[in-house]
Amino acid sequence: MRDLSQVWVYLAASPLLHLTLTLIAYQAGSWLHRKSGNNPLVNPVLIAVLALVGILVFTDTSYQTYFNGAQFVHFLLGPATVALAIPLYRQFEHVRKSAIAILASIIAGSLTAAGSAVAIAWAMGAGTGAIISVAPKSVTAPVAMGIAEQLGGLPSLTAALVILTGITGAMLGPLVMNFLRISDWQARGLAMGTASHGIGTARALQVNEVAGAFSGLAMGLNALATAILLPLAWKLFF
Amino acid sequence: MLAWFTLILCCQLAGEVATGLLALPVPGPVLGMVLLFLFMAMKREIPEGLAQTGDALLSNLSLLFVPAGVGIMAHATLLAQDWQALSVAVVVSTVLTIAVTALVMVWIKRLTAGVTNDA
Repeated sequence: MRDLSQVWVYLAASPLLHLTLTLIAYQAGSWLHRKSGNNPLVNPVLIAVLALVGILVFTDTSYQTYFNGAQFVHFLLGPATVALAIPLYRQFEHVRKSAIAILASIIAGSLTAAGSAVAIAWAMGAGTGAIISVAPKSVTAPVAMGIAEQLGGLPSLTAALVILTGITGAMLGPLVMNFLRISDWQARGLAMGTASHGIGTARALQVNEVAGAFSGLAMGLNALATAILLPLAWKLFF
Repeated sequence: MLAWFTLILCCQLAGEVATGLLALPVPGPVLGMVLLFLFMAMKREIPEGLAQTGDALLSNLSLLFVPAGVGIMAHATLLAQDWQALSVAVVVSTVLTIAVTALVMVWIKRLTAGVTNDA
């Protein structure tokens, strides 16, 4: 029989191990989420991420090694984003009816997201690089990183803040809207997609198809709105 | 199933190429979403196989964010520098954004519904 460390060397070099671990960690997170009665605070992404980071730190594995396996899951983000057109098409009659309200609320949300993040980070004494990097935090990662780079921020810090914002929105969003007594699925979806991009959309899709469709729409339109408005506003104020 | 998955990848590829060439301020997959939408609009329906493929992709959308989420560990030192300001900014701003977006939508829908009477 071979030494266990030899088997480990083989496994660590193959994508199989970390791909499998990713799927197991996520399903464990989903199981806990269901056990909690779909409580938004018991977020499957957060649970899976914490478990995997723990495993990687414990086994002294670099993120690069992990990503060699996890990239197969990561790759599907692109096609899944394209597929958001399907729930959107199913809801398009409703989208057309409320077009003005949708645009107004996404623009209001886009300005609130960037403006309040910048104001809070500045008031609490964050450095200029961090302030710029947090500004596009509600936008889907590739666009947010592009905006941060354009304004002189740190794209990799923005990428991390985008993920944290997504998880925060998925966890707190449903509670905030329940507190405000907002029961309209269109409004709930738009808010999730505007504030917390794809991770909020994933949560919205699980709960309600209307909310999921509007969330996917908001994610796309907010990326566009922020990419246009944020650099303009930045020039105006600084 | 395979043909529809290929169509989805073609939409993404076309989106990536177009955003790259024209330096558009949206990511390739979002433009790909627009292209797939136009495909269904032209067909005036969602083909059965496309609906199945898309729903399969979207049924575990949360899972697809896990690898990027684990990536936060690679940026731990960057986050640590201003962690107090950044964590308050992320949490408070996200809550505010959700409240503002949802409330504006509800208010304007209520206003316009009174005018057009079709809600």
